[in-house]
Amino acid sequence: MAPLPQVIVENLAKTYRIAKRRTGFLGALGGIARREYHLVRALTGVSFELEPGELVGYIGPNGAGKSTTIKILSGILVPDSGRCQILGKVPWRERAAYVGQIGVVFGQRSQLWWDLPVVDSFDLLRDIYRVPPARYGQSKDTLVQALGLAPLLDVPVRQLSLGQRMRCELAASLLHAPRLLFLDEPTIGLDAVSKLAVRDFIRELNRQRELTVILTTHDMDDIEALCHRVMVIGRGSILFDGTLDRLRASVSPERRLIIEVPPELPLPELALPAARVVKREGEQVHISFDPRVVRPAQLIGELSASLPLRDLYVVNPPIEEIIAKLYGVFDL
Amino acid sequence: MMDAVRLYCRYVGVSVRAQMQYPASFVMMTIGMFAVTAVEFAWVWALFSRFGTLQGWALPEVALLYGMVHIAFAVAEAAARGFDIFHRQVRGGDFDRILVRPRSTVLQVIGMEFQLMRVGRLAQALLVLVWAVAALGVRLTLGRALLLVASILGGGFLFAGLFVLQATLSFWSVESLEMVNMATYGGVEAGQFPLSIYRPSFRNFFLFVIPLATVNYLPALAIAGKTDPLGFPVWLQWASPLIGILFFLMSLLVWQVGVRHYTSTGS
Amino acid sequence: MKPYLSVLRIRSLVLLQYRMAAFAGMCTQILFGWVRVMILEGFYTSSTALQPMSYAQAVTYIWLGQAMLRMLPWDGDLEIQAMIRKGDLAYELCRPLGLYEHWFARAIALRTAPTLIRALPVFAFAFFLLPGPYRMQPPPGWLEMGAWVLTSVGALLLSAAITNIINISMLWTISGEGVLRLLPALVLIFSGMIVPLPLLPEWSQAVLRFLPFSGLVDTPSRFYLGHLPVSQLPGYLGTQLAWTGLLVALGRWLLHRGMKRVVVQGG
Repeated sequence: MAPLPQVIVENLAKTYRIAKRRTGFLGALGGIARREYHLVRALTGVSFELEPGELVGYIGPNGAGKSTTIKILSGILVPDSGRCQILGKVPWRERAAYVGQIGVVFGQRSQLWWDLPVVDSFDLLRDIYRVPPARYGQSKDTLVQALGLAPLLDVPVRQLSLGQRMRCELAASLLHAPRLLFLDEPTIGLDAVSKLAVRDFIRELNRQRELTVILTTHDMDDIEALCHRVMVIGRGSILFDGTLDRLRASVSPERRLIIEVPPELPLPELALPAARVVKREGEQVHISFDPRVVRPAQLIGELSASLPLRDLYVVNPPIEEIIAKLYGVFDL
Repeated sequence: MMDAVRLYCRYVGVSVRAQMQYPASFVMMTIGMFAVTAVEFAWVWALFSRFGTLQGWALPEVALLYGMVHIAFAVAEAAARGFDIFHRQVRGGDFDRILVRPRSTVLQVIGMEFQLMRVGRLAQALLVLVWAVAALGVRLTLGRALLLVASILGGGFLFAGLFVLQATLSFWSVESLEMVNMATYGGVEAGQFPLSIYRPSFRNFFLFVIPLATVNYLPALAIAGKTDPLGFPVWLQWASPLIGILFFLMSLLVWQVGVRHYTSTGS
Repeated sequence: MKPYLSVLRIRSLVLLQYRMAAFAGMCTQILFGWVRVMILEGFYTSSTALQPMSYAQAVTYIWLGQAMLRMLPWDGDLEIQAMIRKGDLAYELCRPLGLYEHWFARAIALRTAPTLIRALPVFAFAFFLLPGPYRMQPPPGWLEMGAWVLTSVGALLLSAAITNIINISMLWTISGEGVLRLLPALVLIFSGMIVPLPLLPEWSQAVLRFLPFSGLVDTPSRFYLGHLPVSQLPGYLGTQLAWTGLLVALGRWLLHRGMKRVVVQGG
């Protein structure tokens, strides 16, 4: 018998009631008790499943329902309807038992004690999660080594740089060896070097420990570097769920051919209707084409016949453009 | 249970260490608090020196009430500070962090901060209390001493309960917190003086809605050996600590309702 | 002048939006006032000696203080505090406004808008809805009324200057915390909010008169009552304005030094 999926989410729906504020002097003075509400449908029916060890990117524009989903999955919020079974438990029904097995990193908020050295926060988390001393020592040593935290342990959290703090946050959320990790914008505001370090660590973590990771981010480089599978949410439901390649194909089948020619050379008119020049930068000319209509060999053949090509390669369009297009398709 | 107590002690230790990062400022603040509350008591003294008595209550008797209510309040302010400042956490979304940890929300909130600085108020109130007991001229029997300690504890629980209610309210609106503040600080203010001087509606409020009089006025009568001008039964004077604890437990039930509201609206 | 007026107007509009807070605060103020009045009633009925202030005057004094409670500098500007904590001061420096003046305009809004919406209901309650012995009385004549209005404006300016000291002290994290906690307590104690200042001992009167705090509550209230003759208005108004000037100068100096520190630290 095949093992059950680790995360089963079926038809989650959630609607918020938001109070309106009135403006102006009279509005402010009038009616202390009366309030008007409008309804915001944050989730309209979200379903997906995750297998153990998957690393999935969960993306979508602001207000699309990303953080509502994460809150429900991490046991913070109770949905209006729908089913959710994670690690064999319903998150909001057995909160304490459930959250002991997950780790959560909120990129914008700290879980460390601001005025204390990092190691004190770790020790306190050990007690909160009831980690046995031997396992804690081992777990801490591994994380300290993997994230290079040794010089930071005795520094008060408030003195850490954002990048240093995020490394500590990652360690803090893993001390109790969770089986599922939620990363909510873990690279937000980080410098390039710290971003790379965080990404490397997450990738290794997922590979070595078979840890399931759900990653939300606005940084498409995170997705490109880490995720095989991507889920896109918009207007409260999942618009796309599949591999990054399929996402590219579904939105736009376009490929890019980049050729290098002498910069001063005039370009010939392309005879092929499905290919066009999109950009020219110095020696590089970017040509976009639809591989379903134009075979790359055909295109290259035609170009090399009329131009002295120095070099050429075919690439995928950048993921930012794909996502922008996808949001455009769904009018988000 | 023991596990929870141990974790609470760890929280306290961590919080105290964080506050001790600036020992000089801590000492200054404590002394400042001591001085300010001392002046507050000086005003009570000034009223007595002008008017002589307060409806048959002498200064040492009122000082007993003052000491009891302020010690209880200082203890609650120190220990339940996490609930007192909880509205900030809710606003910043930090309650989410608490919900993703495998411990009771009450334990985590209460562990957020142990406000050591309140020893300033505590020390001042303790001095007033010691003076009051000495000046009262009653023999402090073991029974009375125990009642004194227990009713201060009961008072601590009661004020802690008020902080819990205040925190619960902030799940709905941080704007109306002042309502509970009113009960808390109004309670401290009113509790400094004998219940008998207030109008019946106020007495009933402090007996039955927020039963502050049961951990302050009533046991103080028993300790000072005064007869109750309001004629409440004597056993009630000795039952006070239980009522404070009961109030605290009830506030925890209300807290659970608040948590449920939060997890269903995420506001 | 115009940009400051528009800061004042916009801040007032924002502050007027907190209706629940206003309602809650109003209830608090009424309850506190009533408790204090009952305490005074208890004292006054315990002694037949002639007091420096009649019971009816003391009651009106208490209600004036409670109705105008929000005008007291008992907290700082939360948005400025948050800005300083987050290190967003750079934006403030980019504005074509004097920083002190900008904050002062905000402080005026903070001290007037909430007072406006709360004072009227509290006055209405204290004048008409309370049982006889707890009621507030109108001033003896138009002159006294005028003196009250003038000294209330003086109190507002003084209060805004003290509020700004609280705001500015937040530039020093640790000391700011101390100022934020202790200064409001001093304000309450020495302004006459807790006990009408004339009821305090004779020897303390001269000191209280020349502390800045009596200008906040005691001075306007006593002119209202006719407890201070209108002929003394210049002297008392002068004290209020002198303190305001002094505190503004102190605030500017502190701000200058504080900003230098912040800029050096790159906060």
